Amino acid sequence: MMKIENLKANIGSKEILKGLNLVLEEGKVHAIMGPNGAGKSTLSKAVTGHYEIEITGGDIVYKNRSLLEMSPEERALEGIFLSFQNPVEIPGVNNAYFLRTALNAKRKHEGKKELNAAEFLRLMKEHLESLGMKSDMISRSLNEGFSGGEKKRNEILQMLVLEPDVIILDEIDSGLDIDALRAVSEGINKMKNGKRSFLVITHYSRILDYIKPDYIHVLKEGKIVKTAGPELVAQLEAEGYESIEDENQ
Amino acid sequence: MPQKEIDKAVAGEYRIGFQVDIEADTVPPGLDENTICFISAKKNEPEWMRDLRLKAFSKWKTMAEPHWGHVSYPPIGYQAISYFSAPKNPPQSLDEVDPKILEAYEKLGIPLEEQKQLQGIAVDAVFDSVSVKTTYTEELNKHGIIFCSISEAIQKHPELIKKYMHSVVPMNDNFFATLNSAVFTDGTFVYIPKGVRCPMELSTYFRINALNTGQFERTLIVADEDSYVSYNEGCSAPTRDENQLHAAVVELIAMKNAHIKYSTIQNWYPGDETGKGGIYNFVTKRGLCLGDNSKISWTQVETGSAITWKYPGCILKGDNSVGEFYSVAVTTLAQQADTGTKMIHLGKNTSSTIVSKGISAMKGQNTYRGLVKIGAHAQGARNFSQCDSLLIGSECGAHTFPTLECKDSKGYIEHEATTSKISDEQLFYLRQRGISEEDAVSMIVHGFCKEVFSQLPMEYAVEAKALLNLTLEGSVG
Repeated sequence: MMKIENLKANIGSKEILKGLNLVLEEGKVHAIMGPNGAGKSTLSKAVTGHYEIEITGGDIVYKNRSLLEMSPEERALEGIFLSFQNPVEIPGVNNAYFLRTALNAKRKHEGKKELNAAEFLRLMKEHLESLGMKSDMISRSLNEGFSGGEKKRNEILQMLVLEPDVIILDEIDSGLDIDALRAVSEGINKMKNGKRSFLVITHYSRILDYIKPDYIHVLKEGKIVKTAGPELVAQLEAEGYESIEDENQ
Repeated sequence: MPQKEIDKAVAGEYRIGFQVDIEADTVPPGLDENTICFISAKKNEPEWMRDLRLKAFSKWKTMAEPHWGHVSYPPIGYQAISYFSAPKNPPQSLDEVDPKILEAYEKLGIPLEEQKQLQGIAVDAVFDSVSVKTTYTEELNKHGIIFCSISEAIQKHPELIKKYMHSVVPMNDNFFATLNSAVFTDGTFVYIPKGVRCPMELSTYFRINALNTGQFERTLIVADEDSYVSYNEGCSAPTRDENQLHAAVVELIAMKNAHIKYSTIQNWYPGDETGKGGIYNFVTKRGLCLGDNSKISWTQVETGSAITWKYPGCILKGDNSVGEFYSVAVTTLAQQADTGTKMIHLGKNTSSTIVSKGISAMKGQNTYRGLVKIGAHAQGARNFSQCDSLLIGSECGAHTFPTLECKDSKGYIEHEATTSKISDEQLFYLRQRGISEEDAVSMIVHGFCKEVFSQLPMEYAVEAKALLNLTLEGSVG
């Protein structure tokens, strides 16, 4: 699905990713775990084309194209979705209007008919109920005055509507209480269809009780140092990241 | 996002800068008593009107152009301007209107033929110095509503003009208003009788076409007791390298329980990115809430002009009267705007609301200047002001000069001000959802203006949104 090859990336003059290799398989859930400052969020920014990131080496190949030559919106239209760690507030922009614009941009890109307001609202109603969101959420301004949990649910709502091919979840569990965590996880699990790939970026193993990973990758000092099955979680819990040696050396 | 990209995204193209080739009667440039008598004679004005003009002119000669505004421009050559231009052979009916003028208005999206018009909007169209056509007059007459050019009103309703003209903006109010009082060429007059709710939107469209002419229009709206009117004003001009002067005066009078809603979409030619050309828009607009429980609302969307200098205000004389000012002012290219409002509270329990949104891009400079004054007898007066500025890029500027004067110890004034930039993080968020950069900028800007747009009548809100897109998007794609 996506192949990240020897990726090197700077923020400012600081090198954060130092030759990262990762293959996202179709239909699989990949968890990226690692200590603070290892480059987990930088990886999500590099894949989505964030303005802070300067790529200094390597490549990201997606659907047989280099992502590096594509604008952020082009990557999004090609099916890459990032659930932000801290979704930004945009005052005065109606949540439903924003999401319909995004959906119709994608539908247009795929040569499908754009949805009118009534069709869109029907679609919205279903998803809101499944996420336990109040219906007034979509008539409010985008993320403005939302609580931490509301922001995260709103990210998942967007994911459900946009039906992306690659879903990157950056610290999706941070700031969520147990009910919100369950609703968000259910939303994510609903998206599993044997084709979509997931990249779950997290500090803690808690979320992995809800979203079962196929692979665990340990990211340390800008590189993936170990890849294993879900059994690795227990070892990390017990021994921490210190114990992990770079298996490539 | 690189500055170049942002500039590209905001350098809107002025798309209605066409010029129409029409035979016109234009007086040679210059201003003296003879010019004024010429204008007055051209309009077949009664003697009293001509004398008022001459009186204003003699006052104007003693006045100095004000320079306290946060704008800079080369000296205006008042003798280099032509003060009157009219299409030759003034029309007696629509059939006689020069097809080229009709075509010009069609291009602007304002068909004058009544059957084609938007339902329920009556239009007065002013082309250079004269009113070309007023529509729906008969329908309005049934309700006793007067909606005609100011020239016609001077002839047909002298008692109303004598009573109300200069009653809100005195003849010697300021340099530009006094100039207007001497040389005003046309404009609109509206009278809504007692107890009448005007059944349609009234609208005037101003167009400067001829070269080197100034436009000095004058609008007077009187809403008698228990009446309501919603009035809209739009404007445009051809693209030219020379600066052109526009100095209008608008006076509104609301009697007891009357409500006047005045909306402006101002899209004069803004000049180019180096500051060459464009309209100098020096306008005096003021409303008088004369009767108790009266209300005047100003809503303006200002995207055009090289320089804008205007402060639509309300004098809240009647008890419980209400003044409102909702404004979006956009400055891009090398535009400069110094705009805001004055709310003068004189009556008891008067209240005013000010919502001002300034957007600056490229080298645009946007200044909010406001005065809220609560007089000694205005017990229980209240004001709420909110002034927000949005900056796009790093070469533009936003400035706020609020003045608050409160002589009543129980007066209540609340002022909020914010300045923000379109953040890269906001743009990235929207783009990550597949929305193009251009649409993302537009979405953020529209969100910023939402409170003001929601005050416009529906058709005009649509127009204002489209105009904002044109101004801020333009050349991308």
